[in-house]
Amino acid sequence: MIFFATLTVLGVSVALCLVRAIKGPTPFDRILSISSIGTIIAIGISVHGFAFERPDFVDISLMYILLNFLGTIAILRYYKIKRKKSNVL
Amino acid sequence: MSYNYIELITLILLAIGCFFILSGSLGLIKLPDVFSRIHAAGLIDTLGSGFIVLALIIYSGFSLLSLKLLLIPIFLIFTSPVTGHSIALFAHESGYKPKGKNKK
Repeated sequence: MIFFATLTVLGVSVALCLVRAIKGPTPFDRILSISSIGTIIAIGISVHGFAFERPDFVDISLMYILLNFLGTIAILRYYKIKRKKSNVL
Repeated sequence: MSYNYIELITLILLAIGCFFILSGSLGLIKLPDVFSRIHAAGLIDTLGSGFIVLALIIYSGFSLLSLKLLLIPIFLIFTSPVTGHSIALFAHESGYKPKGKNKK
């Protein structure tokens, strides 16, 4: 029962992050809030696995975190840095 | 009887983690700037997920599953500062300045 309450709170916070993702003034707000949504959902996948007595979902959660990081960096690659010698990323 | 203690500890740690995640996503709405919203997003990545995963580890006992659960905060510790730093760097280089009183 406590895991279902946790899932409810995680769903509410995903909705709050989605508000910022929709009305973000800059594109970096949207990238940041999408990254936060990915982290919250990855935590929610493992909590869901514990709530339904099937804790094998932890592997999916690990994969989700790494793919979330790669996706954020890959979206950020589209914004070029105007510095001359940009060895960053 | 010790099982009840484990459930109580799990409940308390889950409540702390839920508080941190909820306050982080609330700060993502209320804070005025990109550079200050990164702070709120870092709260979700480190403290919220850390407390919830710690609660799951204590609930599941110590086995291979808890080792897999322990890998989640380790990956988040490595990836969250890189994400925050690169978002701040790209936002600052594309012309957005942080809001504040002392403008130069």
